[in-house]
Amino acid sequence: MSAIIGVDVGGTFTDLFLFDPTTGAFRTAKVPSQRGDEAVGFLQGLSALGDVAGFGAIVHGTTVGTNALLERKGCRLGVITTQGFRDVLEMRRRDRPRAWGLWGSFTPIAERALRVEVPERTLADGTIQTPVDLDAVRAAASALLAEGAQAVALVFINSYANPANERAAAAALRALWPNAHVSVSSEILPEIREFERASTTALNAYLQPKVADYLERLEGALASRRFTGRFHIVQSNGGIMSTARARATPARTALSGPAAGVIAAAAIARAAGFPNVITGDLGGTSFDVSLVVEGEMALAAQTTVDFGLVIRSPMIEITTIGAGGGSIARVDAGGLLQVGPESAGSRPGPVCYGQGNTRPTLTDANLVLGRINAARPIGGALARLDSAAAEAAILEHVGRPLGLDAASAAEAIIRVANARMAGAIRLVSIERGHDPGEFALLPFGGGGALHVGALLREVGLRAALVPRFPGITSALGCVLADVRHDATRTLNLDLAGLNAAALSRHLVETAAATRAVVEDAGLPLTGIESVFELDMHYLGQTHTVAVPLPGAEVTEEIIRTAFDAAYSRAFSRLLPGIGVRILSSRVTAIGRRPAFDMAALAPPATSRTTPLEARQVRFDGAWWTTPVFARLELPAGHVVQGPALLEQPDTTILVEPGLAARTDTLGNLILERT
Amino acid sequence: MMTSPDPVTLAILKGRLEQIADEMDATLYRSAFNPIIAEARDACHGIYHPTNGDTLVQGTQGLPIFVGAMSFAVRAVIEKVARDGDLDPGDTFLFNDPYAGGTHLNDFRLVRPVFHEGRLFCWLASVGHWLDIGGNVPGNFNARATESHQEGVRIPPVKLIRGGRLDQDLLDILAANSRVPQSNWGDLNGQLNALDLGQRRLDALLAEYGAPVLEGAWSALLDRAEALMRAEIASLPDGTYAFEDFLDNDGITDEPLRIALDMTVEGDALHLDFSRSSAACAGPLNIARATAIACCYVALKHAFPEVPANAGVLRGVRFTLPPTSLLSAEAPRPVGGYTETILRVIGVVFGALAKADPARATAAPFGTINALSMAGSRANGGRFVLFSFFGGGLGGNPEGDGLTHANNPISTATMPPAEILEAAHPVMFTQWALRPGSAGDGRHRGGLGAIYEIETLAPGTTEVFLLGERGRFAPFGVQGGGPAALNRFSWTTDGATWNTPPLASKVVGVTLPQGGRVRLETPGGGGWGDPTERDPAARAEDLRQGYVA
Repeated sequence: MSAIIGVDVGGTFTDLFLFDPTTGAFRTAKVPSQRGDEAVGFLQGLSALGDVAGFGAIVHGTTVGTNALLERKGCRLGVITTQGFRDVLEMRRRDRPRAWGLWGSFTPIAERALRVEVPERTLADGTIQTPVDLDAVRAAASALLAEGAQAVALVFINSYANPANERAAAAALRALWPNAHVSVSSEILPEIREFERASTTALNAYLQPKVADYLERLEGALASRRFTGRFHIVQSNGGIMSTARARATPARTALSGPAAGVIAAAAIARAAGFPNVITGDLGGTSFDVSLVVEGEMALAAQTTVDFGLVIRSPMIEITTIGAGGGSIARVDAGGLLQVGPESAGSRPGPVCYGQGNTRPTLTDANLVLGRINAARPIGGALARLDSAAAEAAILEHVGRPLGLDAASAAEAIIRVANARMAGAIRLVSIERGHDPGEFALLPFGGGGALHVGALLREVGLRAALVPRFPGITSALGCVLADVRHDATRTLNLDLAGLNAAALSRHLVETAAATRAVVEDAGLPLTGIESVFELDMHYLGQTHTVAVPLPGAEVTEEIIRTAFDAAYSRAFSRLLPGIGVRILSSRVTAIGRRPAFDMAALAPPATSRTTPLEARQVRFDGAWWTTPVFARLELPAGHVVQGPALLEQPDTTILVEPGLAARTDTLGNLILERT
Repeated sequence: MMTSPDPVTLAILKGRLEQIADEMDATLYRSAFNPIIAEARDACHGIYHPTNGDTLVQGTQGLPIFVGAMSFAVRAVIEKVARDGDLDPGDTFLFNDPYAGGTHLNDFRLVRPVFHEGRLFCWLASVGHWLDIGGNVPGNFNARATESHQEGVRIPPVKLIRGGRLDQDLLDILAANSRVPQSNWGDLNGQLNALDLGQRRLDALLAEYGAPVLEGAWSALLDRAEALMRAEIASLPDGTYAFEDFLDNDGITDEPLRIALDMTVEGDALHLDFSRSSAACAGPLNIARATAIACCYVALKHAFPEVPANAGVLRGVRFTLPPTSLLSAEAPRPVGGYTETILRVIGVVFGALAKADPARATAAPFGTINALSMAGSRANGGRFVLFSFFGGGLGGNPEGDGLTHANNPISTATMPPAEILEAAHPVMFTQWALRPGSAGDGRHRGGLGAIYEIETLAPGTTEVFLLGERGRFAPFGVQGGGPAALNRFSWTTDGATWNTPPLASKVVGVTLPQGGRVRLETPGGGGWGDPTERDPAARAEDLRQGYVA
């Protein structure tokens, strides 16, 4: 079996993790990402690990979609829709950003001038009331192209009930649209509720040019190195899929990179004895928080990317805020210090990178306070960091407007950023009824470990667990992620008098088809598991309950028992006498990947426990003489008291005064209050 | 005996308690039958004080107006228990009496005691909007009602569950008094699901922390809300600020109704005096005193969103609501149109606050729910009642333009999607669109209202009812901003002639043949600031996108 490489392209760095399943050996690499030309870093990183032509498979977690959504940098998008309905995307579900307070606004991803109506109408029962006017569809497409639309979303009312009009329009549209960026609602999400379907379809189209272009460049680069293995993408649900599917459904990659990270974080924490974990991924542009309770990650059926931007597709539940190392600090018109969501990314990056940005970032603040080593930048691409430029920028953009010196201004930037991160952690823990005292914070991403101490205190967490290689957590997750494929079909069947044999046949056939997709991934698997679910409800309800089935062979009785059990679990009362309906089926094939023994990451026997040097580091308004240790050389069981800095090639860990850091047998660092 | 928890425990308990109420909300949304609850979330759950009914904790998703009103509902049950002297674990009360707990007949409240170690520890309550409860008009928004009995069936607080045993007789009476009994029964079970879940979660929390810590926590949370609200009031300059606005009519007599407020700020105390408002009216635009207080609470919470949602908010606020006023109605004055009156009250509070604090002034939101019901028979003979309310624009404000197509301040309800409404009823939406030119002009304009046009598909005739407002008095602008467009309702039976109602915003018993259409054009929000100061680029963009006519 040849090597599998996990590649995580973040906004700032590209991290790689090579795993050789035959020997159990691994290697890692880290290189800077290049915004707009990610293939360069991608190949550079792969080459650092060996001959690209010899690799068996590459699995990629990407934030290209996430960033495009967060920064509203998708494409110029057109929408073609049913006469009378062009404003669905802008009208949303008639909601507000917040329950309390009436300020706030919303900008749709497709502007009103680029949303075009065509004559056509399908009724709720699937009757075609007005056949689609294909000439109008063609005229609409031409008008959108003339306006500069780069992708188009096609959303007809009631197309979930009968997609005939939409399919006919899609064929006409695809015949003249100059690229593959056509998203069709009945293909993307064949479900009732026009806003959710329209939003998911439109966001998919919005991301298509960016993601397709990106994958094409990566594939071209890989081909140039004679790579002949499999290339896969991590989906937002934590499973992996082919690049062809990723091109057609980029909305499913919206949380690809973060999902990969959570998969690895859960595995690392479980091995270290922390079943309850809050993961915090501080990248260049965003901070992603998610919750693992008793080793289980939560999936959300629907995700609100931002107010009014809804993607309905199962995703790992991740709370993302726009605060990362590259987040720009500024003083707003009201005199309030803001950090993010605008980000300098890695190009031009923080001021201290010396690549042209002059506005201070969170990383610049950490540098000015002595928390980052200017002489040994993470990743190794830059020779050194420019502290003087960082200090000047902080003074100009934050210090002077607030009447602070550079060091105090830098501390203020960090306090604001920490408060934003703490808020995100509270949202997923306290606000959902979990006691943070039972959770360990697991930071990954380059900068996370600089902030865990402050977050530990601010939120009242049990401990922080810094993996041995925090920067490569997402890349490791790519190697661990299962292969997944699911197929949903709308059924609309009454349970009473059900033709169970036909339903069983459908489930068996779908299981075989989804297994084939998983097998076709060509990755080493320890087995393939099929999961069968029906979405059901009582006649008259609008929401459904997911009903897990014991297998594909079903009878009316088996389904009724399963429904009663699922309904009772969700609610306390069954409603005997009211008819039960099956709305849709969902068959998922999960290909399990070979386990990775975390002990492979354990610290070596040779060790060095004396500091490399001492630096002046600022905490709470005062400079402290702070010893700096080589983290990877610390032996198991060793404890370092704060204040201290622990350096390693892909991250720096800040142990604040009042905290202690212990190395465990798997090489993790456990930070606790003393 | 209560124990004051440390700040960290307090923060945790606040989260745990809100989580319980949130989970109760979610349980009802997911198991309810009628889309007004399941899709539009016209419901609310909370935890209430054992002896005075004060709101202790409220779900974050619950309908804002219920947040203010629920403590009155719990108080009505407390008074009932005091009269009857009859309360046991396993009891659950049910009622919809608007004069005992506010709002209108569709809102069914379930109130359940939670006992701990043999004594009453707190109340759990659930309220949800049932689709139909008898009366002259399907869906119960009867714009011509002159007494409560024409609006529907009124149930005072009674025991639905006695010692764990459901009263089938009561269920039979409820079923016989609705056009859609199965829908109501499904919703009732959803509310019971929510109470069961709340009780389980609360029992677990009590087992973990004990009653004294929980009691200490909500006492501290109430004090904190009071302190924060008083600080907000104290930030306003002392003085009396007057503001008034009008309702079109009461649905009976075509005369405007005045809502007038004299708001006095004195240090950290606020006095809201509505004495100059119109007297109680013949039609359904009256509201009960509890409702009036609840909607002022909603207005203050919107103006000061950082203040937590519990009874502590109102400790620094005094009300003057004369008993003869339309804001203090008693049985059997009709109250079915209460939503319109409370929206006007909330607008008037915003207007007075804008005078006190121009820096935070917000222009009027669209200010009408446009309760539309369409009723008739399906092809298979079964009866249908489509009931929905509609969106409009919010007001311009110092931060920017108002939000387009939002819900009203009294609500967080989302709009049922057209596809859900079409799947449930024999209708077809022919338009679901923004309404160009509906927003008030200003340096920051209002958000846009919408146009909804619906065609009937039912083979027989369809009866149409509308209870709206703002047909004569447009949403106002502030700081020099202009008013929004008026609300407009019209219908056609032949597809050619469009008719408008004589009472502008209220319609009873219009009959449409198959293929007839109704059309609703809702107001946007008022504008903020001098229109001549609007950024020319923003003005050009409004034109390009067709936001202005």
